[in-house]
Amino acid sequence: MSEDLQFLLALVLSGASIGLMYSLIALGFVLVYKATDAINFAQGEFVMLAGMIVVTVLGLEGAPLIAAIVVVLLAMIGFGFGLERVVLRPLLGRPVVAVIMATIGVAAMLRGLGPITLGIETRALPLPIGDEPIVLGPASLPPIQILGAVVAIVFFIAFSWFFKKSRMGVAMRAVADNQQVAQAMGINVERYFAFAWAMAGVVSALGGIVWGSMLGVDVQLALVGLKVFPVVILGGLDSIGGALVGGLIIGIVESLAAGYLDPYVGGGTKDFAPYVLMILVLMIRPYGIFGRRQIERV
Amino acid sequence: MFHREAGVFKTTYGADMALYPLPIAKWTVVALAALFVVIIPLAVHEYYLSILNLIFIAIVGALGLNILVGYTGQISIGHGAFMSVGAYTAANLAVRLGLPFWITLPAGGLMAALIGVIVGMPSLRIKGLYLAIATLAGQLIIEWTINHVPAISGGAQASIEVPRPSLFGISLNTQGHLYFFLLFFAVLAIVATLNLVRSRIGRAFVAVRDQDIAAEIIGINIYRYKLLAFAISSFYAGVCGVLYTYYFGIANYEQFQLIVSIDYLAMIIIGGLGSVLGSIFGAIFVTLLPIAIRIFMEDVGSLFFTQGEMANVISGLRLGVFGGLIIFFLIVEPEGLNRLWRNIRSYFRVWPFSY
Repeated sequence: MSEDLQFLLALVLSGASIGLMYSLIALGFVLVYKATDAINFAQGEFVMLAGMIVVTVLGLEGAPLIAAIVVVLLAMIGFGFGLERVVLRPLLGRPVVAVIMATIGVAAMLRGLGPITLGIETRALPLPIGDEPIVLGPASLPPIQILGAVVAIVFFIAFSWFFKKSRMGVAMRAVADNQQVAQAMGINVERYFAFAWAMAGVVSALGGIVWGSMLGVDVQLALVGLKVFPVVILGGLDSIGGALVGGLIIGIVESLAAGYLDPYVGGGTKDFAPYVLMILVLMIRPYGIFGRRQIERV
Repeated sequence: MFHREAGVFKTTYGADMALYPLPIAKWTVVALAALFVVIIPLAVHEYYLSILNLIFIAIVGALGLNILVGYTGQISIGHGAFMSVGAYTAANLAVRLGLPFWITLPAGGLMAALIGVIVGMPSLRIKGLYLAIATLAGQLIIEWTINHVPAISGGAQASIEVPRPSLFGISLNTQGHLYFFLLFFAVLAIVATLNLVRSRIGRAFVAVRDQDIAAEIIGINIYRYKLLAFAISSFYAGVCGVLYTYYFGIANYEQFQLIVSIDYLAMIIIGGLGSVLGSIFGAIFVTLLPIAIRIFMEDVGSLFFTQGEMANVISGLRLGVFGGLIIFFLIVEPEGLNRLWRNIRSYFRVWPFSY
C-alpha cells in the first residue's frame, strides 16, 4: 500500500470513530425531534451536565465508576422528565421559534450554573480501559474512541429495535407522526413527550461519559453539541439511521479536512468544514439523506 | 409614554398609526430630550455615563434583532457575527484608509446587511428550526473566517485598534463626548424603527410573521420582505458593531461570539418581542443585570467563594440568570417587560376609580 493511501485510510478510520461518537450525541437530538418536534439547542449542555455529574460522583471518597454511571443515568432521566414538565410542556402549541429560544435559554442556564455548582476547573474522567493506542490497520486509535464507537453502535441497534418493535416505540412514532390522531387512539401524548426527553437524557449520559473521558470535563465540553447540527441536518432530523450515517460522514469530512487542508490554511478547518457541508445540504436537500420529505416552505 | 388618555377615540387608520398618539405625547418627547441632552450629561458621574453608553449601543442592536425576530418572525442566532462584520469593516476602513466615522459607520452597516442577506438566503426555502440552524452555521463560519484570515482581522489576536471618532476636529475621547455620539445614533435607530414598523414595509413584516400564506395571498412578496428584514436587521447589527468598535477603541472578534447573539436574543425576549419600547427595556435590563450581579456577588459572594473563583462565578451566574429569564418570560409573559409596562399604565389610566 502506498504511503498516500495509508494516510487516507488512517484519516478515514479515525474520522469514522469520532463520527460515531458524534452520532451518539446526535441520537439524543433526533429522539427528541422525532417524538416531540422540538429542536433541542441544549444537547451539548446535556452532555456537559452528564460529564460533570460523573466526575463529581467519582470525586467522592471511594465511589466506584459503576456507581457514578448509575447515578448519572438516574440523574439525567430525572432531568429529562423535569425539563419536559417545567419548560417544554407550557410551550406546547406555541410557535416553533418559541421552543427554539426556550432550549437556547436552557443551554445558557446549564452552561452558566453547571460549572458553578459542579466545579469550574477541568477534571479528567478516567475509564479503566488504558491509554495504549489500538492499532487497526493503518490507523492507531485511542481506546476511548473505540469504546465510544462501540457504545454508539450498540445504542443504534437498541433504538432501532425499540422504535420498530416495542409497543412504546411504536406509540412514540405515532405521536411524532400526528399528535391528534395518536391522542384519539388512546396514547397519552404528554407522557411520551416526557419519555422522549428522558431518553435524550440517557443518551446524553453515555455521551457525557465517553466525550468527558476523551476531552476532560469542563464547560468546553458543551461545544461538542455544536457538531450535532451538521450531523442531524445531513442525516435527516427525524432519522435514527440518518444520525449514524450523518455522524460518520461528518467525522470523516472533518478528519480529511484537518489532514489535507490544515497545512495550507494554518489549522482549524476541523471546526469549519462540517458547517460548510451543512449549509450546502440546507440549500440542496434540507431534509437530509434519510429525513421525511416534509419541509414547510412558503 | 407617560400620558393618560380617557379612552379610545380614534376614528381613522391615520390616527391609529400616528407617531404621536396624542398631542401631549410631543411634550413627553420634549421632556425626555431635555432630560437626556441637558440634565443627564451635566448631573451624572462619568461611570454612569459609561453604562448609559453601553445601553445606547445595545438599543441599536436589540432594535435590529427585534425587527427580524419580533416583527418578521424569523430567527437569527447569528447576530453576534453580523456585528463583527460591521466592526471589522469599519475598523479596516478607518485604519487602512483613514476614513472618518460618517463613512465607516454606514459602510459597516451595509457590509453587515450584505452578509446578513447571504446568511438569510436559506429563509427563502426553509423556516423555523432550519433557519435557526442555518444562522448558527453562519455565526460559526463568520467567526472562523475572521479569526483565520489575517487580511480581515489584522493578524495578531485578530484585533484592530481603532482611533476614536472625531467630529468638527474634536476627538471624542471622554465618556461625555461619546455619550452624545452614541445618544444620537440610539435616537436615530429608535425613530427609524418607529417609522419603519408603521410603514408599508413594517406592516408587511408583521403580516409575514402572523400568517405567511395569507400574507402571500394578499400580495406581499414574502421572499422580498424576508430578505429585506434580514438586510435591515443586520444593518442595525453592523452599525451596533461599529459603535462597539468606536466605543472600546478596538475591534476584536471575542466581543461578538455566539454568546453575544444569545445576549441579544435575551434582550428582545425579556423586553418584549415585536415592540420598540420592549427592545429599549430589554437593552437596559440586560446591560444592567450583569452590573447588579457583580455588585451583589462582591458583597455576598465573598462569603462562599474565593477571590480567584469570583470572575468565573460572576460570568456563570450572569449566563445562568439570562437563561432562566429567557425561559421565564417565554412561558409566563411572552410579551415581556413591555407588557408589564402596559399593564401598569392601564392600571393607572383609571386609577383611583378602578370600578
